Amino acid sequence: MGTKVLREYEVKQLRRDLPDFRPGDTVRVSVKIVEGDKERIQDFEGTCIRKRGSGLSQTFTVRRVSYGVGMERTFPLHSPVIEKITVVRRGKVRRARLYYLRELRGKKARITEDREAAYGKSESAAPADATAATPAETVTAAADAASE
Amino acid sequence: MTNGLLGKKLGMTQVFDPKGRLVPVTLIQAGPCYVLQVKTVATDGYNAIRLGFDTKREKSTNKPDQGLIDKVNEAVKAQEGADSGGEDAAGRKGRREKTPVLPPLRYIREIRVNDPSNYHVGQRISADIFQIGEKVDVIGTSKGRGFQGPYKRHHSKPGPETHGSMYHRRPGSMGGSSWPSRVFPGKPLAGHMGNHRSTTLNLQVVQTDPENNLIAVKGSVPGHVNAFVIIRKNIRSRKG
Repeated sequence: MGTKVLREYEVKQLRRDLPDFRPGDTVRVSVKIVEGDKERIQDFEGTCIRKRGSGLSQTFTVRRVSYGVGMERTFPLHSPVIEKITVVRRGKVRRARLYYLRELRGKKARITEDREAAYGKSESAAPADATAATPAETVTAAADAASE
Repeated sequence: MTNGLLGKKLGMTQVFDPKGRLVPVTLIQAGPCYVLQVKTVATDGYNAIRLGFDTKREKSTNKPDQGLIDKVNEAVKAQEGADSGGEDAAGRKGRREKTPVLPPLRYIREIRVNDPSNYHVGQRISADIFQIGEKVDVIGTSKGRGFQGPYKRHHSKPGPETHGSMYHRRPGSMGGSSWPSRVFPGKPLAGHMGNHRSTTLNLQVVQTDPENNLIAVKGSVPGHVNAFVIIRKNIRSRKG
């Protein structure tokens, strides 16, 4: 019983407003920064090189190279500090952890764009899924009714 | 209100604090508890309330426990009869009306109180006695680890693992031979570890959910998941 309550407590805190993205994607993370009593948004744009964990403890790491210096930031995915995440570009990669990018510079550190990325097209994919699911449900419901 | 109540450890997780930092917390089911007995200096020599938490089936209740709960339920009924005159404050009356006939309770412990006249048998005590930011102590039974050597049990230093030492996790010297010719009490030796009463002091309440009787305290508390614990207001920062 304890674990169930615990899970519900965690699920309540999860954010559902974030887009689906994967390692290899270029993302722009809008981070809330509090300076004194003022709050502003700072963008951090780079390649997502890692996603780890699950649930509330899930984190992702974004790597960018600015002025020749590689910089990586790890964010808790469900952190309230993140204002929003924008997927700038879908990348085609064959690894889950893109640590090899750390050794590469310039042209070698490129990732080919995945133009047919099937995931995360939230606006177009979700309604399609919904319409696909609804007839199937009605069919099974009808079958149930018929069997009775 | 009381300085503490009974609860159950639900497990650890993490939450974000207002500044967006991740805080490790233990989620505790804190109550609802019911007052089973009020002890006073006049009758028992000290002031305390006896609390019960978590129900159990009648089948697994022995006769003394059943007798106790019958007594409580009788007292509650008597109180309700007396209250029907209705000179009580509305809030208090409402609370008493809600008091259900209690099933047998599994975890029964005493909590010391300053003024026992604030409590009555059958009274419900829930997690709303704790505020966010407050410091609490959590008392529980630590995880049993069985028979363990001094290395694990008392954090003795291990010997070298290599270079032919042949002395790895042993307890070391027992003491002098001709004098004192005995082993001093307190010498770290092997034995049973864990499964004893343990208190964690100064845990900060990070979140509360009075509706579901949940509190989240920063850090870890003794015992395994679903273990019963006593949660009390921090003994050092308590007023009065």
